[in-house]
Amino acid sequence: MSVLNENLVQRIQGYLPRYPNKQAVTLPALHVVQDELRGVPLEAIREIADLLELSPAEVNDTMTFYGFFRTENNPLGRTRLWVCRSLACMLRGGEELLQKVSDKLGIKPGETTADGKITLEFAECLGGCEGAPCVLVNDEQRMNVTEEKLDTLLDELRR
Amino acid sequence: MKFEPVLLRRLGQPNSQALDGYRGDGGYRALTKALHEMTPAQVVDVVKDSGLRGRGGAGFPCGLKWTFLPKDHPGPIYLCVNADESEPCTFNNRILLEEDPHQVLEGIILASYATRASTAYIYVRYEYGRSTRMMQQAIDEAYANNLLGRNILGKDFHLDVYIHRGAGAYICGEETGLIESLEGKRAWPRIKPPFPAVEGAFRKPTVVNNIETLACVTHIVDRGSAWFKSVGVPPDPSNPRDAGSYGPKLYCISGHVNKPCCVELPMGVTVRELLEQHGGGVWKGRKAKGCIPGGISMGVMTEKEFDTRLDFNGPGKVGCLGLGTAAVTVFDETTSIVDVLYNCCRFFAHESCGQCTPCREGTGWMLKMVDRMRHGQGRIEDLKILQEIGNSIGIIPGTTICGLADGAAWPVKNIVSKFRAELEDYLKSGRKSEKRALMAAH
Repeated sequence: MSVLNENLVQRIQGYLPRYPNKQAVTLPALHVVQDELRGVPLEAIREIADLLELSPAEVNDTMTFYGFFRTENNPLGRTRLWVCRSLACMLRGGEELLQKVSDKLGIKPGETTADGKITLEFAECLGGCEGAPCVLVNDEQRMNVTEEKLDTLLDELRR
Repeated sequence: MKFEPVLLRRLGQPNSQALDGYRGDGGYRALTKALHEMTPAQVVDVVKDSGLRGRGGAGFPCGLKWTFLPKDHPGPIYLCVNADESEPCTFNNRILLEEDPHQVLEGIILASYATRASTAYIYVRYEYGRSTRMMQQAIDEAYANNLLGRNILGKDFHLDVYIHRGAGAYICGEETGLIESLEGKRAWPRIKPPFPAVEGAFRKPTVVNNIETLACVTHIVDRGSAWFKSVGVPPDPSNPRDAGSYGPKLYCISGHVNKPCCVELPMGVTVRELLEQHGGGVWKGRKAKGCIPGGISMGVMTEKEFDTRLDFNGPGKVGCLGLGTAAVTVFDETTSIVDVLYNCCRFFAHESCGQCTPCREGTGWMLKMVDRMRHGQGRIEDLKILQEIGNSIGIIPGTTICGLADGAAWPVKNIVSKFRAELEDYLKSGRKSEKRALMAAH
């Protein structure tokens, strides 16, 4: 039984015509797999390697460099919530916000709530500095996150 | 005379991202002109004449970069568009991509025509989800309207544009790190030469340009190089190596100010003007202690240095690394400089790619020392060691492959020399930082 179903394989193969070689599809493939499976299992690394005519070690090398991809032992929750800790946010309460989110969810950065709904992460500058402190919900920014806005956001993500 | 924004002129218009509205405001006029009336070499010349310097941080003359491509190369030639905007406190590329993607796309098509590139890859950092979607929508519209694909506007010019999403690594903003990442590898910057113009993406000649630079290209082709040169700061006559700081620039202002924003101004505004007239002054009626003038890599300015002009020469005159991304972040008088120092060190220790030992170890040890200071365990002699590390990592001392380490060293060197009294006082008192810093679980 393969980990990547037909749909995922087709989506990965859809990237091939964009690049002059297959290795360039490594990052797109890892994104496709992680979006769907909430992590990249070892077996998926092997299957991506087969699709791209690479050694699994090459895919693993790229994947682990970025620190963005999770393995099957530590998969993402339904929503990945990033809280910015870089300078512009730090000056406007970013670190305190991260602490608050951590307290409210009862988890530390890097962990996922027991119900599998939210993974908390700290982020380096999210590029939302005009709305500091800011957070990223998967890949959408939320700016000027006050305590009240945070509660609304967490309620929304727990639903 | 009040300056009329050019790059941000369409901000706030309803549906500013759509092709119809963009065309209605004169969009793709420059492309039509270039394809029908100009040779690629003429487009290169007008950009070269304009004096446009790269907006990504290094300030390399854009037209000159294009001329480094080998002549009569059989191709393919690639354009890599750097939208990996990850320099802390910088968000101008995001605003361009989210609000007016066609303006950027027109610049991409023009640059591809000028450089004879047949494929352009827009490397967008993963965190910019909305930017990615807005740009993809613009690309789809362009394909549907013969602005991309085969025989663009009926001419013998073909171009494909693809978005390539990053995965949260700062180093991908370094142009050869970006290329390695695009190729599906770890984003380790390459040793240069060969420069990308000779051997870049997929071992082919490649130009890497920043989003704001390409948006400028659109207007330079539309309005001419003389217009561009009428804005900004001409070369300093006493400095024969100065190429000038022409054109409009997107300045970001954030931190302890009343109105954090991104504003377009002629190059050469001072930090004080930016803070007072555009950022609404320091928040809570306080005074500023200092700022970082162009992303944290460029170092730190004290409040006394706020009359420095933010052009390609100004920040260097007060010991900063350069203009950088022109993203100013102000911190007020109540801010502990140790917290600012810690934040900068933590960023670079986290983002060093690990390829060069001086950077990997240097950023790590600087962070450990500053962390010790935060916990009230710092020693006066640590300041000297921090300076020593700062002076020995980077491409300026010649010990690393890319400039990340120079950026890591600069805020440290600037803070230790410009805020020495505060640091010494802090170290002697044995105080601890009041800021909390939450660590990861693993």
